[in-house]
Amino acid sequence: MSKISMKVNGVTRSGEVEGRTLLVNFLRDELGLTGTHVGCDTSQCGACVVHVDGVAVKSCTMLAAEADGSEVSTIEGQAAPDGTLNAIQQAFQDHHGLQCGFCTPGMVMSATALLKENPKPTEAEIRHYLEGNICRCTGYHNIIKAIMAASGQDVGAVAAE
Amino acid sequence: MPKDGGIGDSTKRREDVRFLTGVGNYTDDINIHGQTYAYFLRSEVAHGKINSIDTSAAEAMEGVVKVFTSADFAAAGGIPCGWQVTDRFGEPMQEPKHPILAEGKVRHVGDPIAVVVAESLEQARDAAEAIELDIEELEPVLNMKDALKEGATKVHDDLTSNLCYDWGFVEENREAVDEAIKNAHHVTTLELVNNRLVPNPMEPRVAVGHYSRGTDEYTLYTTSQNPHVIRLLMGAFVLSIPEHKLRVVAPDVGGGFGSKIYHYAEEAFVTYASKVINRPVKWTCSRSEAFISDAHGRDHVTKIELAMDENHMFTAVRTDTYANMGAYLSTFAPSIPTWLHGTLMAGNYTTPLIYVNVKAVFTNTVPVDAYRGAGRPEATFQLERVIDKAARELGVDPAELRRKNFIKPDQFPYDTPVAVTYDTGNYHATLDKALEMTDYANFEARAAESKARGKLRGYGLAHFIEACGIAPSNLVGQLGARAGLYESATVRVNATGSISVFTGSHSHGQGHETTFAQVVSDMIGIPAEQIDIVHGDTSKTPMGMGTYGSRSIAVGGSAMVRATEKIINKAKTIAAHLLEASEADIELKDGQFSVAGTDKSVAWGDVTLAAYVPHNYPLENLEPGLEETAFYDPSNFTYPSGAYVCEVEVDPDTGKVEILGFTAADDFGNVINPMIVAGQVHGGVAQGIGQALLENTVYDENGQLLTGSFMDYAMPRASDMPSFDVDHSCQTPCTHNPLGVKGCGEAGAIGSPPAVVNAVIDALQRGGYNVDHIDMPVSPSRVWAAMQQG
Repeated sequence: MSKISMKVNGVTRSGEVEGRTLLVNFLRDELGLTGTHVGCDTSQCGACVVHVDGVAVKSCTMLAAEADGSEVSTIEGQAAPDGTLNAIQQAFQDHHGLQCGFCTPGMVMSATALLKENPKPTEAEIRHYLEGNICRCTGYHNIIKAIMAASGQDVGAVAAE
Repeated sequence: MPKDGGIGDSTKRREDVRFLTGVGNYTDDINIHGQTYAYFLRSEVAHGKINSIDTSAAEAMEGVVKVFTSADFAAAGGIPCGWQVTDRFGEPMQEPKHPILAEGKVRHVGDPIAVVVAESLEQARDAAEAIELDIEELEPVLNMKDALKEGATKVHDDLTSNLCYDWGFVEENREAVDEAIKNAHHVTTLELVNNRLVPNPMEPRVAVGHYSRGTDEYTLYTTSQNPHVIRLLMGAFVLSIPEHKLRVVAPDVGGGFGSKIYHYAEEAFVTYASKVINRPVKWTCSRSEAFISDAHGRDHVTKIELAMDENHMFTAVRTDTYANMGAYLSTFAPSIPTWLHGTLMAGNYTTPLIYVNVKAVFTNTVPVDAYRGAGRPEATFQLERVIDKAARELGVDPAELRRKNFIKPDQFPYDTPVAVTYDTGNYHATLDKALEMTDYANFEARAAESKARGKLRGYGLAHFIEACGIAPSNLVGQLGARAGLYESATVRVNATGSISVFTGSHSHGQGHETTFAQVVSDMIGIPAEQIDIVHGDTSKTPMGMGTYGSRSIAVGGSAMVRATEKIINKAKTIAAHLLEASEADIELKDGQFSVAGTDKSVAWGDVTLAAYVPHNYPLENLEPGLEETAFYDPSNFTYPSGAYVCEVEVDPDTGKVEILGFTAADDFGNVINPMIVAGQVHGGVAQGIGQALLENTVYDENGQLLTGSFMDYAMPRASDMPSFDVDHSCQTPCTHNPLGVKGCGEAGAIGSPPAVVNAVIDALQRGGYNVDHIDMPVSPSRVWAAMQQG
């Protein structure tokens, strides 16, 4: 066991982990941040995407120890302190970009990273960027719409409903 | 215009806030003080005899609390099957025991053999590696037709063969259908495979069992679409726990698509083990484990024949299907290829004679059960593919051939020759709508434009019907269901007028918390924000059958309407007392009770307060309080229908299919929340496109699952999907439920696979390739191979 410490959503958090403990397990089991989900065991689904030092990372592909000393941002840190949804979260609600909600934290974190890199992505660019995030409920249509809307673009180009 | 937050309004979903901020409460988020972790050791071989299991080394390992094998479950029942099909000779199906842990034999890769319960998951997993197994491999039974041959190896030694049942429907029509096909002007025949799929909701299954010795009560937290069904099956048939001592909670559930209907061994395990070790036991399924333990879907091999007269009117349909049951009978497995499949073979058409034969077969594979659509996609795929092939053979427009054979709007209610009565519909309207939305008239110009770019463009049409709103209990009881299929609701009005609705339906992505509140808001005229929808906990909700078969709004919503009507009636009596008026004169509008023709009125909140603070109240005639329950048992199925169109481009050099557009024109009857309905169609269509182009479940000749992870099983990704154009403006309201609703959850997955495949075949034919069928998934390699032969 080794002691690690990282800033999670702006707050310093510490814990004891085994060498094999994944970042996602540290977040969920040690810190109780259960918004980050585990949907697969082959780093394919993207339900566990968080940001580590500003970079989108599948937290099942990273050891907790590797994140020692880093700044980690999770879905729990996205809304304003009073609970107001941020622009991306609000767009997901406005455009029905989620159904069961399980892939949603990863989708929001990936969308956030995308818009940081590319503030006005095309539909094709969004679809390509989300290759590593699987959703089984929405058929992606409304996720694409939500991300387009969050980037301030007209969603009329994506079919009406 | 619909009222804000009322019926017909695209109200934003209230459940989104918790999901978008990471504070949903999924089963894996539940941790109970002192909990232990279960790890299942599963068979690595498809078929084998268990000679010995030595757990002594594992039990000595650090952190191990106990290792369980089938010997620990000697007193428990097997996992029950909820539907008994009777074969065409009047005999019941063959029904093998489905033990919680393997007894004597393993029958599929993933069959659980032993379970380690330890202080941590890592310790449990490590200890499982120390269990010594002596398993003698047996020949696996994999191919369904081979499995039925004389002398074939048996999956279950105590059954007479691998045949679960040989079902005929309608058996009395068998000879007449044969005769009609023999005498037909034209018969189109198609042999096809409906590929085996893995449902793969994004949340893997989880179960947490918690036994309390102090109260002798068990609580099971589980990823279920129907917690009451789990309580009934597991309590009564497996563990002998009376309902009042067993609570089942299905909190936020991350998608189901059918795979979370069934009672699974892991649920019984954690519940029982928690009592044995007197500590909570948690099991979290990994995705790899889900692939070999969640029930799969589809897996039919079918030959269909469509007979027509000289006017191209359908005169008969005959189908022969082999349906894979896998190694054991999952909860509803026997009903899927029979009552949810054979009864749909009339489709939207007036075909007078239909005979469906289904042979259900045991194999050494994961059990197969309902997956989104369940039987109805299999029926629709056959029918809509064979009609397309017939149109090609006859040289007629596929849309016209369908239109000509449609049941006409004035023929409803329509009795089909396969035992169901369609209450209402207008197939001409949805077909016309889809053709208009897709500019069918100008398709040739688009095809020419594609051709100029070296691509083959195809237009694929499919029309479908489904039987939803499952189901009339007395009818399904006659058909072999071992449960009723009503739904329940309790409407509890609080003293200050807010409302909690307790529904037996379960939301795992469908948005019931929003739509159900819209209905009650509309009926009473108070804001939806004052209404909460409570579901997923047997200790809170009345006995209800849960969510599957597109039944929630049609059956659960109807129960809620009935309970709300009772509330309104009682509230009117109270209002009449308060207003010193006759009850018959009381009107409720916008949350105000008024006396007709006067300006006297009393607000909803004053009436509800009077019900709980009954100082001025007709106590001699009326009980205080305002809480009502209703159970609703539908008198018929509902019959959503629709026309789906897919337009594709095939690259003749690679065989790659690109979907250019997908259009759905559905008739769901009345719609409560159009935004949510569109979302349901999007998701269903994506799963149907996934089946048609990408997904397949492949076993090798040893019964090893080759597609056992998201690395090998092609889940649809964002870049695989087009934008969708969906419409539900063609509405023929259901005639037998109070909301006039039909259900929308499965439609997309039912209508889309034939539309996609029809489009691909159309593209190839236009390109001069003589290809009349390709089995799903229509992958580039399959398309390319077909082109080389065509």
